[in-house]
Amino acid sequence: MASSPETLPGGHIIGLGETRRKDNWWASPIMTVVYIGAALAYGTWAAFQGDHYQAGPYLTPLYSPTTLADPAAIGGAGGGYGHVWFGNFPSWWPSFIPASPALLILPLPGFLRLTCYYYRKAYYRSFMGTPPGCSVEGVLKGQYGGETKLFLWQNFHRYALYLALIYNVILFYDAGISFFYKGSFGVGVGSIILLVNASLLASYSFGCHSFRHLFGGRLDCFTCDSPSKAQHSTWKFATWFNERHMQVAWISLGFVMFTDIYIRSVSHGIIPDLNTWGANMSAAARPAAAALGL
Amino acid sequence: MAKRTFKIWRGNAEGGEFVTYETDITEGMVVLDAIHQIQSESANDLAVRWNCKAGKCGSCSMEINGKPKLSCMTRMNSMPATGEIVIQPMKAFPVVKDLVCDVSYNYERNKMIPPFSPRPREADGTHRMVQDDVDRIQEFRKCLECFLCMDVCHVHRDHGKQKEFSGPRWMIRLASLEMHPLDIVDRIPLIKKEHGSGYCNITRCCTEVCPEHINITDNGIIPLKERVVDRFYDPIAMLMRKVFGPRKPHKKLPVIND
Ligand code: SF4
Ligand code: SF4
Ligand code: FES
Ligand code: FES
Repeated sequence: MASSPETLPGGHIIGLGETRRKDNWWASPIMTVVYIGAALAYGTWAAFQGDHYQAGPYLTPLYSPTTLADPAAIGGAGGGYGHVWFGNFPSWWPSFIPASPALLILPLPGFLRLTCYYYRKAYYRSFMGTPPGCSVEGVLKGQYGGETKLFLWQNFHRYALYLALIYNVILFYDAGISFFYKGSFGVGVGSIILLVNASLLASYSFGCHSFRHLFGGRLDCFTCDSPSKAQHSTWKFATWFNERHMQVAWISLGFVMFTDIYIRSVSHGIIPDLNTWGANMSAAARPAAAALGL
Repeated sequence: MAKRTFKIWRGNAEGGEFVTYETDITEGMVVLDAIHQIQSESANDLAVRWNCKAGKCGSCSMEINGKPKLSCMTRMNSMPATGEIVIQPMKAFPVVKDLVCDVSYNYERNKMIPPFSPRPREADGTHRMVQDDVDRIQEFRKCLECFLCMDVCHVHRDHGKQKEFSGPRWMIRLASLEMHPLDIVDRIPLIKKEHGSGYCNITRCCTEVCPEHINITDNGIIPLKERVVDRFYDPIAMLMRKVFGPRKPHKKLPVIND
């Protein structure tokens, strides 16, 4: 058997996806595409709805913070219901774009995940084939520039982190106020879900490589003075989360979508929210803000 | 005792072919044992490099069923129960003969790294370091120089960017020097330019194949990339350095609690 023209000395086959591996190396990239694809599709769909994002004291994380609101939206914030930072959508808001507060804030967590050191691996492999799997031939032969040219913007990841840390505080605030309904303290399934969601997203930020670098990793000496000793502690804290960053990345992404599905379903009245207030949290139980003349 | 079929690549830099061999496998054998048995039974001129047979010298690297592995640490019972076992030399290095590659690229690349240069000794003539400061870099010292990570790295393997990017083994050596509490050389510009840290797209195959389980990407390459960002891409960090001057390294000595 002579070596055929498409193999190299050593018997390595040339061509996209070629490998001598015998295991199902393609299973993990396919699962990644399906999972990320589903999250993207659901997130986009939910962001374009513009309504049913608030049920009782629960605000879905995809719509938080609610910067502008449409008071006519059923199950939405605005007009004294829920918390809205800057009032209603302006009258000049183009009619072809839904007046959805999610569209104003989702690019931020989107950029964090896009430039995340973990997701980079996931999508370079699964969506871009550089490489599709380890010791599996990839695309872009010879023209590959890594993160030196087209992908230089990955270097701004830490700026996405700075904003995400603020976002984490807001989500804890949302979780906190979800324990108060009409002025009285209580607990609902929704409040627990929001608290878990905020904690998962905070764990995601704490495990960020930029966080680990900025809060200690950049030092060569952890013991030279008291500021560096303090940073040694934060670095160790970040390292604990960093070792679990991949798992938290997957779980938190799914959980954000789950939280939105839960609150949306409660608002639609599809499922009831069990809570200590005994309240019906569906949108049907309260008029839209506009109907109140607010 | 079971017979297994091996498809071993035989040839040199000009070309070659797979040759099929059969041999008996007994309990406890590793792939290197099987290759040695084939060598003594039916292929006396089969070239294979090995030394310690204990996963410590890093010389028996090859590709087994398409995966870069140490053949002395790959147990036969970890192979699929049936079918032939494909054995190849590493792809990212030139073949010398059969399973032996020329890995001298690595030694040339190593020469490009400024060696460890400690700050002056203390008044009593000693260098002091604290364990907490060297924990991080001790992980990198486990490297066997098996070069499996270099073989699997797609920047070399698929794209042939050996000139542009030094590869994972050398990135962790750079990291171990860069993070060293005593070392005073600034290698950051070199890491970005000559060693090409930007070519790594952190797809982590190096970490997956490392027999010493060194977390090459998370603990070595990404921290280096972050240091490169500090120096070359982060406008706020750059402005702070303009205003306050560069951070003075090792102003104080580590505090030793006797
Ligand atoms: S993580 Fe970087 S160095 Fe490691 S194999 Fe991938 S591209 Fe190469
Ligand atoms: S880092 Fe790991 S895979 Fe790479 S040469 Fe060292 S021991 Fe081998
Ligand atoms: S968020 Fe994943 S590395 Fe920063
Ligand atoms: S022979 Fe030394 S590592 Fe395999």
